[in-house]
Amino acid sequence: MKAVCWYGREDVRVEHVPDPHILNPRDAIIKVTATAICGSDLHLYDGFIPTMAKGDILGHEFMGEVVEVGAAVTNLRPGDRVVVPFTIACGRCQACTAELWALCDNSNPNAWMLEKLYGYSGSGLFGYSHLYGGYPGGQAEYVRVPFADIGPLKIPSTLADEQVLFLSDILPTGYMAAEQCQITRGAVVAVWGCGPVGQFAIRSALLLGADRVIAIDRIPERLALAASAGHVDVIDFAAEDVGQRLRMLTDGRGPDACIDAVGLEAHAHGSIGAAYDDLKTRAHGDRSARRPAAGDLSLRQGRHGVDSRRLRRLPR
Amino acid sequence: MHQNISDLERLASVISGGAVIALSARQPRRRLAGLAMGTGLVLRGVTGRCPVTALRQQWRMRDDTRKALGGPRGIRLEASVTIARPVEEVFERFRRFDDLPNFMRAIERVDLSGERQSHWVIRAPAGLKVEWDAAIINDEPPTRLAWRSLPGADVASAGSVRFQALPRGGTAVHVLLQYEPPFGKTGASLASLLGHSPAALLREDLRRFKQVMEAGEIPRADHRAGGARTWFFNTIGARA
Repeated sequence: MKAVCWYGREDVRVEHVPDPHILNPRDAIIKVTATAICGSDLHLYDGFIPTMAKGDILGHEFMGEVVEVGAAVTNLRPGDRVVVPFTIACGRCQACTAELWALCDNSNPNAWMLEKLYGYSGSGLFGYSHLYGGYPGGQAEYVRVPFADIGPLKIPSTLADEQVLFLSDILPTGYMAAEQCQITRGAVVAVWGCGPVGQFAIRSALLLGADRVIAIDRIPERLALAASAGHVDVIDFAAEDVGQRLRMLTDGRGPDACIDAVGLEAHAHGSIGAAYDDLKTRAHGDRSARRPAAGDLSLRQGRHGVDSRRLRRLPR
Repeated sequence: MHQNISDLERLASVISGGAVIALSARQPRRRLAGLAMGTGLVLRGVTGRCPVTALRQQWRMRDDTRKALGGPRGIRLEASVTIARPVEEVFERFRRFDDLPNFMRAIERVDLSGERQSHWVIRAPAGLKVEWDAAIINDEPPTRLAWRSLPGADVASAGSVRFQALPRGGTAVHVLLQYEPPFGKTGASLASLLGHSPAALLREDLRRFKQVMEAGEIPRADHRAGGARTWFFNTIGARA
């Protein structure tokens, strides 16, 4: 089959590789019909994530058609259309029982590596380095899905791929950010960054009852898309003083909750403001101020159950 | 470091060690070997401790686990894991010793030779194997299990496992292992340097026990699916 393989910093190639096959009873093989490039794939592309090996297949946002299931998978059948969440979860450990899938105790075969690095391991992830299990990803024609009786969501034929693909990672990421804002009636939520995660965070905040969302970016198309959600004010940070505008838009109170949806690579590295932010974060002794590594990703995506204040920017 | 040879023997050791160094120094081919051997003898005399004698004494003690593992002798390993299954089920699975090698990689084989006796073959560093007969000395389902090696063991060892039903459900498993390292504590440190840390092996084996109990299988990634591989992932990465 063909697959997108990582070969090094800014070196990604489409290669012919062996087809995956069932290794465990709870596996399934999926024929991929749609896949996306995640913002966090850029961390791999830019070489920020350790323990990538040459030839590793990328991709953790994908969906497709079940072609084969292991003996222990009874809820899926060949022909089913599924979206596959990027966190691999066994469904039976204490974390999974509490629906904290990203903290699954059992799905990372290389848990010892993450424990060495961070003291604790999260779940295995598709196509996201050997620290996270070394699972081949979904930017390929076929992919093996472990614990397929737990993760995959069956999709009715009435919904097109494009309508559901983002359930794999990016929509839940934005939704979780909004969820962690504990939005109450009348709340105003400010969202920094109107890329894909920001757009989903904006719509999730409105869905969860925010009275208004203030969207902050500098790209006109992104701001226009954000405004199209309705009940959204926009701030172009290149043209306006963000703090001043926020106070104006909230009668001097400031927003009730803030979401940082700015990607690691997109932060204004080297600018005076970034250096000042870096200094502030260090002065606070915030543990999240470590230099970049995979753990930062999980913090930013809110997958480890952190509160919304910690979703703010992490310095490189 | 206890002295284990007499003062007279120490003096003899220093003199003969010096002589070996002096004599071999004139023969280029034997200079290195002579230097090593001579230094060993001198050290033996100066410290008053002979490693060969120590090893012989250790082997003599091996038949009695209490002597071999008591006090500062022996290595003590402890590890705990929480398993989201009922205590009876966890105990019952652990008690099937001959099934343990299926998920515990440090154990090559366990043969049951009676209700309370079994023969264990353990993978030691550098591809070596150590074997012993073990007897269960405490069998209290579903909370406690303990065993010790019988006379004639390659490595004297003893272990106990405590199974504790947790108020929130699930079972805490506490393992305590004691063994006499085959080449003393120095050997054990050397083995750890080579990547054979027994504590890490125990942790990984308990992790796999948890995976089997909870998930019903051990997670695996298909490393062959990708293209080229680095040395690191073919060796170290494949360890877990």
